Amino acid sequence: MPDNDFSIAQPHPPNTDIVQKSGLALAGLGVLILLLSIANLNLQPAVLYLSLSIGSIFAGTIIYSVRTYLTQPAGIKNNGVWFNSMVNRGILGWTAGIILTGFYVLLYWYPQFLGLGGENQENTGIVALFDPLSKFFSGKPASQWFVYGTLYTTAILVMGVKFMLKYRHNRYQLIRTIVVMFCQLFLAYLIPEILNALYTEGGYFSKDIKYFWPLNYEFFNSWSLDAMRESGALGMFYLIVGIGLFTFITPILSYFVGKRWYCSWVCGCGGLAETAGDPYRHLSSKKLYSWKIERWLIHSVLVLVVIMTIAVLYGYFSGSSKFLGLDTYTYFSRPYGFVIGAIFSGIVGVGFYPIMGNRVWCRFGCPLAAYLGIFQRFKSKFRITTNGGQCISCGNCSTYCEQGIDVRWYAQRGQNIVRSSCVGCGICSAVCPRGVLKLENGPEEGRINEHPIQVGNNGIEVKA
Amino acid sequence: MEHVVIIGNGISGVTCARYIRKQDSDIKITIISAETEHFFSRTALMYIYMGHMTYENTKPYEDFFWEKNRIELIHKYVTKVDTDSKSLTFADNSTLRYDKLVLATGSKSNFFGWEGQDLKGVQGLYNFQDLQQMEYNTTDVKHAVIIGGGLIGVEMAEMLLSRDIEVTFLVRESRFWDKVLSPDEAKLIQAHMNEHHVKLLTNAELDKVIGDDTGKVKQVITKDGKTINCQFVGITAGVSPNIDFIEDSAVKTDKGILINEYFETNIKDIYAIGDCAQFTESLKGRKPIEQVWYTGRMHGQVLAQTICGNKTKYQPGPWFNSAKFFDIEYQNYGLIPAEPEEHEDVFFWRADKANVAIRAHFDKESKQLIGINSFGLRLRHELFDRWLAEEKSIEYVLTHLADANFDPELYKNYEAEIINSYNEKFDTQLKPKKKSWSRILDNLKKLQHA
Repeated sequence: MPDNDFSIAQPHPPNTDIVQKSGLALAGLGVLILLLSIANLNLQPAVLYLSLSIGSIFAGTIIYSVRTYLTQPAGIKNNGVWFNSMVNRGILGWTAGIILTGFYVLLYWYPQFLGLGGENQENTGIVALFDPLSKFFSGKPASQWFVYGTLYTTAILVMGVKFMLKYRHNRYQLIRTIVVMFCQLFLAYLIPEILNALYTEGGYFSKDIKYFWPLNYEFFNSWSLDAMRESGALGMFYLIVGIGLFTFITPILSYFVGKRWYCSWVCGCGGLAETAGDPYRHLSSKKLYSWKIERWLIHSVLVLVVIMTIAVLYGYFSGSSKFLGLDTYTYFSRPYGFVIGAIFSGIVGVGFYPIMGNRVWCRFGCPLAAYLGIFQRFKSKFRITTNGGQCISCGNCSTYCEQGIDVRWYAQRGQNIVRSSCVGCGICSAVCPRGVLKLENGPEEGRINEHPIQVGNNGIEVKA
Repeated sequence: MEHVVIIGNGISGVTCARYIRKQDSDIKITIISAETEHFFSRTALMYIYMGHMTYENTKPYEDFFWEKNRIELIHKYVTKVDTDSKSLTFADNSTLRYDKLVLATGSKSNFFGWEGQDLKGVQGLYNFQDLQQMEYNTTDVKHAVIIGGGLIGVEMAEMLLSRDIEVTFLVRESRFWDKVLSPDEAKLIQAHMNEHHVKLLTNAELDKVIGDDTGKVKQVITKDGKTINCQFVGITAGVSPNIDFIEDSAVKTDKGILINEYFETNIKDIYAIGDCAQFTESLKGRKPIEQVWYTGRMHGQVLAQTICGNKTKYQPGPWFNSAKFFDIEYQNYGLIPAEPEEHEDVFFWRADKANVAIRAHFDKESKQLIGINSFGLRLRHELFDRWLAEEKSIEYVLTHLADANFDPELYKNYEAEIINSYNEKFDTQLKPKKKSWSRILDNLKKLQHA
């Protein structure tokens, strides 16, 4: 029976009132200024238009969300999700997907079309719009990456506030979102910008402390290692912490709380997915074949990043530009950066939110997620506990799992959910109407109950 | 090869089929349904209408599951059961032979013969077709009236409000769901419904439904003469077994299909499970007709044993149930009446500023816990199952409540507040114990060996 027995164009579109419309219009104005600047409308003074743009996006979105959510009692707000063209792969969703994807293509490969000036050439377009802010931090004109970082942080903050209003009844969601917003604003944005301005001598390396190998696949590249070595105590700090994070911190924290400590509480990709991407979470495929593809793909990327890293480290220490007779740059670091770094994590990772859900990269591609997942699956206290026999198989948990885990499949047989891909966002537990799911850290004993018992039926031993 | 035919692809029938296949790879299994080709979760119908999920999302198993497990599906309507020739006749006059027949046909909405109940825009909500009908019936509706104060009624109110349709909810009794909720609890839920703009009228009984010239509903009139204009009327005055098709056969029925504790009907090789079945003698403390998701699932599990040659009695553990009233979740462990029996004492606690409450009944003499309702507070099923089975006292349960707390992490804890309230009311000095994983695990182990 086809879905569209139920009119996808809902006959009763939820009313948006004048306040909501004003909020949307204001936010739209902010986005419009950005688009006009891409069209190279030379908006001057840039500082005014930039403040106006970012300010309108903030104010408009917050007005809209306050009006939308605070006028209703606190609780799950998924009414009309599948009727909304923006989030049900309708025409608006496809349009958004194409625009986002296009933006990423420009960003990675054609930054000149965004207005990035060449040598001795002034910036134009949207990059020029961000010059005043960049000069404020570092005295230097903006790069396309500065524009991207600012917009990215804005998106997490603005949509983070919206998310918090939407889930205001749920303290796990509130605290998690505050932490992820904090990590983006300070660890990924402000501190690196300030440090890059203060320490210019040793050369560039990533100063986003939480962006560590293997997600930061360039960490062990020669230029990065050299820059850290030449940047004195600060460089040493980043080198040691960067190595410590994947050698010690990851196994330890993942043992105690699962991979969520990173993926949905700290990570920038996760931060965007959980805030700006939240309205698209139900679009991830829950089919068994998607899981099969996922397991092959994500672990292949992990293997690739390890090989690539061995190659560059070999080159770094041996001084040779070849590894196993192949040029390291041509055959290892460049293809990885191009296919995984740019296409997969950037263009597909975010551009495809409106089509494949908000965690495409985290689910299918992120080598760090794969690495964290191995601990979560085999050596961790974390699980999603299923509450005895209370599941009614409704499917809300699976539908709203951004990682495409068929949560219901476990819940309805009374089995705990222990899956390497779970990022611990907690939404399955939030949307469950019967209180069946609880994310928790407990003893390893009994964590994975392969032969669950279905509570409530005493006459027989029920092997699910 | 033995052929087991199951009529009904709801939770009871499907569970039965799955558990037969788990134990026996040879038996031929066929499931018949006129409702939908594939099994979907009936409890999720409301979420399709509200746009939380698509129909596809409500299917607990992907479509390949049935072929993989060699469960044949027939999407047809059974009109006749011939118990002599062991065959079924479908609406298209085709027939099917069975060796064993499982009747799992569920319920249908109650209509009590009100004047105007057949008008356009008047309907119940139980099956998939009802939902399609509701989609159609609510296209141009400003105001709706719901008749009957139970779980489907409150779900229907939530559905309609999600589409900005005003709702007047007529409850015949003095409070919502009075068979289950105490006056305190009903107050909590009714205030919450009010917050969602449901116009709840209690002591309001439907007299008749009035239509316009086109045969469409235009108003309802209550017994006390109140007139309410509306374009849609939801009838949610309970459900009863859906057994019309079997009543001409030799299978004995009353309200439901009569069965013993093995789910056997009066005819050999014919069984009935789920909502459509009625125990000739009810099990202690339970109703003769069990109409919830969980009991349907248990019936299916148990009957599968018998069908596979391991004759098994239905022996359910402590009763449990759950629901959700708009934003307030409800869980229940142990069957407790709306108001206490003579030998029972009640402990009711409600949080000051949140929609959180519990009500526990316990024996006046022994203090043994009889059952608990919780609102806005999630409780661990395994623990309450054990505590009820082991006849723990209310005091034990309250002091160990932290073990049973199943709310999401970082939520506010109410254990201290609850126990203080109990101490005050019953003049005790109980202290809450800290959560202990080893106690929780011990209980789980006992459960596995129970």
